[in-house]
Amino acid sequence: MDVEQLARIQFAVTIAFHFFFPSISIGLAALIVILETLRVRDVRGRGETYDRAAAFWTRIFALTFAVGVATGIVMEFQFGTNWAEYSTFVGDIFGAPLAAEGILAFFLESTFLGVLLFGRGRLGSRVRWFAALMVSVGTLLSAVWIIIANSWMQTPAGFEVIDGRARLTDFFAAALNDSTIPRYLHTVAAALTAGAFVALGVSAWHVLKRKHLSVARAVLPAALLMAFVGAGGMFATGDASAKQVAVTQPAKFAGIMGIYSTASGVPMTIWALPPTQDPAKLPQGPEIQVARLLSFMTFGDWNAPIQGLEEFPTQDWPPVAISFLTYHNMVLLGTLMLLVMAFGAYYLWQRTIFRRPFWLRAAVLATPLPIIAIQLGWATAEVGRQPWIVYGVMRTADGVSRVVPADQVALSLGLLVGIYVLLGGVWLYLMRRELGHGPAPAPDGTDETALDELPRREPALRPGATAA
Amino acid sequence: MADNAFLQAAWFVLVGMLLAGYAVLDGFDLGVGMQHLVTARTDEERRILLNSIGPVWDGNEVWLITAGGALFAAFPKVYATTFSGFYLAMMLILAALILRAVSIEFRSKAEGRRWRAAWDVAFSVGSVVPAVLFGVAIGNVMRGIPLDANGDYAGTFAGLLSPFALAVGLLSASISLAQGSAWLMLKTEGAVAARARRAAVAGIAAALVLWVVVTVWSRVEAPGLWGAFGGILPWAAPVVVAAGIGTAGLAVRAGRAGLAFLGTSSAIAGLVATLGLGLWPILVPAREVGEPLTVAATASSDLSLTVMIVVALVGMPLVVFYTAWVYRAFRGKVRLDEHSY
Repeated sequence: MDVEQLARIQFAVTIAFHFFFPSISIGLAALIVILETLRVRDVRGRGETYDRAAAFWTRIFALTFAVGVATGIVMEFQFGTNWAEYSTFVGDIFGAPLAAEGILAFFLESTFLGVLLFGRGRLGSRVRWFAALMVSVGTLLSAVWIIIANSWMQTPAGFEVIDGRARLTDFFAAALNDSTIPRYLHTVAAALTAGAFVALGVSAWHVLKRKHLSVARAVLPAALLMAFVGAGGMFATGDASAKQVAVTQPAKFAGIMGIYSTASGVPMTIWALPPTQDPAKLPQGPEIQVARLLSFMTFGDWNAPIQGLEEFPTQDWPPVAISFLTYHNMVLLGTLMLLVMAFGAYYLWQRTIFRRPFWLRAAVLATPLPIIAIQLGWATAEVGRQPWIVYGVMRTADGVSRVVPADQVALSLGLLVGIYVLLGGVWLYLMRRELGHGPAPAPDGTDETALDELPRREPALRPGATAA
Repeated sequence: MADNAFLQAAWFVLVGMLLAGYAVLDGFDLGVGMQHLVTARTDEERRILLNSIGPVWDGNEVWLITAGGALFAAFPKVYATTFSGFYLAMMLILAALILRAVSIEFRSKAEGRRWRAAWDVAFSVGSVVPAVLFGVAIGNVMRGIPLDANGDYAGTFAGLLSPFALAVGLLSASISLAQGSAWLMLKTEGAVAARARRAAVAGIAAALVLWVVVTVWSRVEAPGLWGAFGGILPWAAPVVVAAGIGTAGLAVRAGRAGLAFLGTSSAIAGLVATLGLGLWPILVPAREVGEPLTVAATASSDLSLTVMIVVALVGMPLVVFYTAWVYRAFRGKVRLDEHSY
């Protein structure tokens, strides 16, 4: 393998592994703010329960955040180590958001996480709430800067190329380029959903196991509402993101959708065998399509034309099969999530949710769905951008470090994979342990409340009716 | 294009300040880590060491991330050349920093003896490796590195391991050990504090000897750096180093931990300032072949530097403010409780 392939594999492995953790922790940080707020305001006199819930989820957050931090440093170094030509070319624009991410986001989240973790019993209750808020704000801000940097690679703007280096000419045009806002909203909606699904799945599991009931029952509705809003938001923002790609990155859009020929009234493919790089070898098989829907969804016109790959030289095509597969599976998983959430929201409204073992089991099984969907979505975004490292401006092959030999990259790749396998294994082991331990037990014995005694919908429906 | 020399100089100073901030702050928690196995012997003692840096180490490491980001943003070519040129060393640093970060978090989450022993070793090795290798990298920058026509590193991996660069690596590790020991004297009591005090003496003595050796040796290995020290004023930086090391030595003898920490911190800041004065207006000198990477030739556009200086002027005072607040909130000796590591 040559150095470019190795460097790309290393980047893919390190970014994919890293992004498991922030995608969970952004959502969990927001959930902790909700729990801390419920605690401080002592909602329904259950401040004590929310206190134990917040402490438990803060521990889970810290474990996840630590792996995210540790693997995140690799990302920032790796532009310089493996993509030196790229770094020199884009540093004027791409470096600033990374520096700003450190100054305006990482300091905030790291410093206040220390306060949140070690401030218990030492600092005041309001200080803890404020620390949780700052951690969450920090995670949301860090996403702003990294999405600005990555979106500039997708839809570069606000620059000119002088002496082989991109130079910033308009900061706001570069920062708020065509894809920044739709991609930020989509990423954050997805990350909130991912954290919420983790909290939801764990709470549902505790309810099914009849353990830690007081906290599980307090967290589940909050997580469910967050997941419902997040999953809905994912579709709305995903739609905006797809429209933006169709307009600003048409070759990527054609690859994702598997469209070879330009046509009007293009159908939307729900399911099909993956397309191939060579249109002559396109596999024939069953497919599910909705007539003209893609044209309508993209341009609001059932007959709108959509450009096919034939409009672009083949060396500018993205890897078609991977783009298509990752995108369509992401949408499939998103639909599944929305389905689980819709039933959950209905049962919650009906107040029967804790007595729906089938749904609770589904919620447990659905725990990793958003995390997998996020991985697929990022793969769509980044693989679809190929063969460009900066879309339409610089090819990926031209960005790789010239002086790093292939055997050194192979060595570092082996080293990092080894460490990540260890890290992933230990993280799973410790998560399983922590989740099994669960939160501190309820002092008033409400953990032992039998599920049969949980409130039913009926009394609430008939005010004035006396309980039997 | 008329580039603004003042802006470029400001970013040279700012990157230096971020590096100094990293060296001072992560310097002490790396210094705690490297003596973890020696200064702390029982499980409780090791927990005390980990908890002495518990609330702050993560924030300290952000100084590195920010300094790296600032170097990337302000002097992209320098970032690209050094990070790709020092490839294997950088990968070793990364591996060490990853293992170190997770070992702090993972160690106390389970009780097994071997579990804890393994993470103790990972924490310790993960602290020694970056402290030495960052110094080796600086030693190479001081000597200069061979650069090709493209401004990329033209040497080999073995070429980075010159005796001089290794000596700078040891200097960086020993001043970090002194810094970490002073921190532990502040945060711990009894046997741990007594051992930390002995480590402080060793660290300060080694740092003093190595600093003199590196300084004298640099007349031969890095003569270019001496050009700046023709006048009186630049000598303020090495004087701060000497005064810092001296103060630290006396303060450790007198058992005044706070003063010792102040001494080692100023010594570290003085070392970074000495380096900056010697290098200016170059960031990476060329050795044997190639043209040096200068501030003027590698700086980003004025617009980019201006945007970033606004971010830094708004953001950094806030960072310093709440960081100081956190250090104040967690002042005093470490007390283990149910929320500790």
